[in-house]
Amino acid sequence: MKSARPLRVKGTNKAPTGIAGFDEITGGGLPHGRTTLLVGGPGSGKTILSLQFLVHGAQHCQEPGIFVAFEESSQRIVANAESFGWKLAELQHKKLFFLDAQPTPDLVQSGDFDLSGMLAALAAKTKEMKARRIVFDALDVILALLPDPATKRREIYRLHEWLLAKELTGIITAKSGGDEDSTVIQQPFGFMQFMVDCAIILNHSVALGVSHRNLRVQKYRGSSFDEDESPFLIGNSGLVVDIARTRVRVDAKVSNERVSSGVERLDTMLGGGYYRGASILITGFSGTAKTTLSGAFAEAACQRGERTMFVSFDSDCNEVIRNLASVGIGLDRYVNNGLLRMISARSIAGSAEAYLVRIKTLTREHGARCLVIDPVSAWYKSDNDLTAQSVADRLIDWSKGEGITLVCTSLLDEMSNRTESGSPLQISALADTWIHLNYLVQAGERNRGLSIVKSRGTAHSNQVRELILSDKGVTLADTYTAGGEVLMGTMRWEKERTERVAAEAAEAAAKLKRVRLDAEEAELEVRVKSLQTELVAKQVEKALLVRSTQSHEGELSRGRSQMKELRGADTTIAGDKVSPP
Amino acid sequence: MSRQAQFKFRLYVAGDALNSVQAVSNLGELCRQHLPNRYEIEIVDVFREPKRALADAIFMTPTLVKLAPEPIRRIVGTLSQTQTVLQALGLEAATP
Repeated sequence: MKSARPLRVKGTNKAPTGIAGFDEITGGGLPHGRTTLLVGGPGSGKTILSLQFLVHGAQHCQEPGIFVAFEESSQRIVANAESFGWKLAELQHKKLFFLDAQPTPDLVQSGDFDLSGMLAALAAKTKEMKARRIVFDALDVILALLPDPATKRREIYRLHEWLLAKELTGIITAKSGGDEDSTVIQQPFGFMQFMVDCAIILNHSVALGVSHRNLRVQKYRGSSFDEDESPFLIGNSGLVVDIARTRVRVDAKVSNERVSSGVERLDTMLGGGYYRGASILITGFSGTAKTTLSGAFAEAACQRGERTMFVSFDSDCNEVIRNLASVGIGLDRYVNNGLLRMISARSIAGSAEAYLVRIKTLTREHGARCLVIDPVSAWYKSDNDLTAQSVADRLIDWSKGEGITLVCTSLLDEMSNRTESGSPLQISALADTWIHLNYLVQAGERNRGLSIVKSRGTAHSNQVRELILSDKGVTLADTYTAGGEVLMGTMRWEKERTERVAAEAAEAAAKLKRVRLDAEEAELEVRVKSLQTELVAKQVEKALLVRSTQSHEGELSRGRSQMKELRGADTTIAGDKVSPP
Repeated sequence: MSRQAQFKFRLYVAGDALNSVQAVSNLGELCRQHLPNRYEIEIVDVFREPKRALADAIFMTPTLVKLAPEPIRRIVGTLSQTQTVLQALGLEAATP
């Protein structure tokens, strides 16, 4: 990670180690030109850490290094280091020199001796290859040959003085007394801890059958450092130290963007979905569809074309894919096109710390924007509460810092506690959105209920919804409340049916009425029409009558005048009205 | 047969450090006493010839290397415990 960091940033006198996390803890690396004591029990990673320091110096800092091997032969060290992908062979001789200084088994010792010979030889070599870094691995082996504590002390002094005079950045490794308490180390080294400028303690312990590796900076003159124990892991490319406290916690990029939960109605309940970069906790008992809900989220993410990682602790990846396919969530095509990476965490052995480091590494490798961990409570089983808690905290911190949307499920133990607040990992406090899945047993049925316990920064529905799984997918159904109880399953269905029947009846009645009204209207219209026709007939009749009357009168007057003419009358009878016949 | 063998020694010292000086004198004493006229000593100062010390894998000084007769043996220290040294050189039988 930090390999790109240039040497001695802003003039600080630090020699970067290239160990992810370690340089952050120490604010840049080991004290430059000074000596660091590295103490640890057997198999605690002393040799690897020191070698990584040298390799990084040789590869990235133009600081050639010398490795003085007192215990293991350099051939074996080189061979072991090959597995980390460090190209020691090409670095060797010019930039990296191994000095085999293992005392031969048949070495006879008589009287006092010292390390001047080695230092003289090393001085020549240092000059020749312009070495800036040096490691004395397992100094205790050679000191054990010295007869008394005073002599040992003298030789440590000699070595220390020599290192300072040469201005080499040095690491001296030594075994600690036992792996139980790494601070108790052999007498001469106890004194050495006071002498050196920096002391680092590596601890490897096993708690409940789970291996834990811890690293602690005990002292660091002239520099601030993280004083707490930091878990570390020996990964594929060397040591990875996990920063226990987010010392350099960058303010997480707060996003207003919403991402779909994969269930449309849940998005609506949440006011549009989860926030990007938020951490979502889904709790529930066994079989409450936690995996399904997280699978829906993963599918939705892939549909948007976002790289996603799905870590399953419970089952094998193919099982998860098959099981989710049965509820209409098709993940296999995204696995095939590389968008989705499924990891069965059963294949990652180790402590919660190891899981965390591994998950982080894999997520970075995959470039995932969405991460599903199903379930995080698996950590709780394999570890003690405190570690699991701290791991979960850091997981959330980390995903926030990276802007990764995190969905964790957590199994609640149905037997021991039935309360919602009994989430074994108290990450519910840290999670942004907490969805609780529950069984509601009612009228001889067990139905899945979903409720949003909290969702920061989001208006969310307060109602319990029924979660329905079918081969077409996951959906939510409204629930009915009756007498203060939420109705689900058959009872909901019955209620729905009753309502449906009532609605149908009402509709039918309305239809009937409309038909009747239609008929009445039609009837009236017909009547209107016939009346109109009648009216027309009457009008015609009336007109006819008028006309016939007129013609009759005309006839009459014409007849009268004709008669007058005929009679020779000289006057017309004015206003003479002829009554109709 | 070892009675006739010629002993070849190489003693690596660190300048005039006290233990180195002691080793030189102890070796001389021992040889004069137990291997009269059949020993050869080469003294290498690691400060002057550090590369040689590196090549010969000398890390502690003083170191005595018995080159001949076979087998090659290494003894570190001032060689103050004569008995131990003689034993290591395969000479204890010679001084019953």
